[in-house]
Amino acid sequence: MADDFAIDVKGMTKSFGERKVVNHIDLQVRAGEIYGFLGPNGSGKTTFIRMLCGLLRSDEGSGTCLGYDVIKQSDSIKREVGYMTQRFSFYEDLSIAENLDFVARMYGMKNRKEAVQKSLEHLGLAERQKQLAGELSGGWKQRMALAACLIHKPKLLLLDEPTAGVDPKARREFWEQIHQLAAEGLTFLITTHYMDEAEQCHRLAYISYGNLLAHGTVDEVIKLAGLTTWSVRGPDLLPLVAQLRNKPGVQQAIAFGNMLHVSGDDPAALEQAIAPFRREPYQWQQIPSGLEDVFIHLMENSKDNYSS
Amino acid sequence: MKGWPNFSFERFWGIVVKEFIQMRRDRLTFAMMVGVPLLQLLLFGFAINVNPKHLPTEVLLGDNGPQGRTLLYALKNTSYFDFVRLLKTEAEGQDALARGEAQFVISIPENFSRDLLRGDRPSILIEADATDPVATGYALGSLNTLVNTALQSDLKGPLAYLNGTSGPFDLRVHALYNPEVNTQYNIVPGLLGVILTMTMIMITGLAITRERERGTMENLLSMPTRPLEVLVGKITPYILVGYVQLGLILIMAHFLFQVPVHGSVLLLLTSALVFIAANLAMGIMFSTLAKNQLQAMQMAFFVFLPSILLSGYLFPFRGMPVWAQAIGEVLPLTHFLRIARGILLKGNGLQDVVPELWPIALFAAVTLTIGVKRYRQTLD
Repeated sequence: MADDFAIDVKGMTKSFGERKVVNHIDLQVRAGEIYGFLGPNGSGKTTFIRMLCGLLRSDEGSGTCLGYDVIKQSDSIKREVGYMTQRFSFYEDLSIAENLDFVARMYGMKNRKEAVQKSLEHLGLAERQKQLAGELSGGWKQRMALAACLIHKPKLLLLDEPTAGVDPKARREFWEQIHQLAAEGLTFLITTHYMDEAEQCHRLAYISYGNLLAHGTVDEVIKLAGLTTWSVRGPDLLPLVAQLRNKPGVQQAIAFGNMLHVSGDDPAALEQAIAPFRREPYQWQQIPSGLEDVFIHLMENSKDNYSS
Repeated sequence: MKGWPNFSFERFWGIVVKEFIQMRRDRLTFAMMVGVPLLQLLLFGFAINVNPKHLPTEVLLGDNGPQGRTLLYALKNTSYFDFVRLLKTEAEGQDALARGEAQFVISIPENFSRDLLRGDRPSILIEADATDPVATGYALGSLNTLVNTALQSDLKGPLAYLNGTSGPFDLRVHALYNPEVNTQYNIVPGLLGVILTMTMIMITGLAITRERERGTMENLLSMPTRPLEVLVGKITPYILVGYVQLGLILIMAHFLFQVPVHGSVLLLLTSALVFIAANLAMGIMFSTLAKNQLQAMQMAFFVFLPSILLSGYLFPFRGMPVWAQAIGEVLPLTHFLRIARGILLKGNGLQDVVPELWPIALFAAVTLTIGVKRYRQTLD
């Protein structure tokens, strides 16, 4: 069983003072899987990941990470996990090669020089290896961080918003890399706010205010939400939003580019609510709900337990 | 506001308010702003005394006659000399001075009374540990009048002629270790310790807090590193830096200030290792206690002040009240000053250095232990 799951934890809980930041989260991630971890800012994603790799002590919970006890064997877990922090956390006054060499030493790598050289080449950093990390742009920093996380050949990578502040091209390349590595057998747990990235994950989990609200494949998550969605095109959609939001049956009306998504979980009530507006100049069309519709729906329905 | 067309009171006040809010949030900084002047006031006001009295004095009594004893009473009455021990041999006295146990050794020669009454003007020898000229200056100054007045009540009637113009006896003062009473001889070896203290604590004080402030701590903790590896790893490079400083100051001291080197330089360098390690360990401890680099600096300052004032670097250690001496004894600098001055000026050997060395080693062990204990392996 431990062989099948890279991460298999139950009831992970962490409080900071009165705040329950992570509230009894169960999570199973299969080996070789790219698992997306989604949720609004401050929902406890980072805290959860830090608990997995022993950076934070969990208040409650049990389970295994790579077959090691997630509470007691964090030293062994650290050796086989690569953790990429949300904020760039390598030495800005060291060059790329020096940073990688440092990391390789921390993991006590044999053939250190070779490993560093390989990783430089593998991630296309060889030409920039003498550049100071502090001088790199966001995309290169992220690439270097990934190289550093991979140098000790981990089995599981925990990536905390790896593509925040990275341009679309670099993001695409980054994801190509992830898929390639996953094909080689690596397991990924990735947090992101981008829907296109979430859709690339094999499975995903959505947490909000410390609670796990949904998990499964993209289709499963969408299906589970049971949301019906209509799109509206037309001029001057803004006043329409305010009018629609007050109607019973309409749970959300959100702008998507130059159109509006109107969703509700009761198809009949929704159709009734939008009926008065189904006239010129608006063009209505029923569409399959997307991940973003579902996530916004989940977010709206989950209570902020900090403010209450 | 004619002169400053662009000065906006609104903006100025906005900055003032923001500074106050930040000041209030950083409790430690706030405490320091009140604590440092208080500390300075207490130390300068109560602890420092450039006219030390009751200095430990040992006596080699070669003659038990009444005049000799009168003289000792007279010395005691100046309140500069406290007789702590009666010596049996001259060598014991030399030893006590070398170790710094005694500030003065007074030798009253054999047949002192007989020679005095004969009018032979016998000599009394006062040997002073003059490494710190300030410590002995006032005490030795008090002797000038003593020669003429000490025996006045003893030498009456037919003996009154002995009082004469030049005094009934001769006082010979030997200012040992620093015969020219050169203040630099005392200050420059002391500076050795002061400079090491300042830079070593400062550099390592920032070591951990910098990692935390720059966010690199999270990464370091996610790797399989152990606290002792991190802390000792951070200390080691600066031991080398400490030695570079040490070498530089020693060379300057000898060739620029002509400070004598009577003892073994190797012994000094070896002792310095313990001292440097103690300061680095202290810096590391601050680093683990402080939340940010500013706080670490402030903690360092809290040690600099007593280190400079209470160690005997600028002001005589024996002039301070007991509580200040007790604090001084805890500080590594106090002991290292004695070692450095002892080796350079007195030619002290290993057996003289060891009693000053172990308190420094103990200090290093305690601070490093606190540092390792306080070094959090998680981000909790």
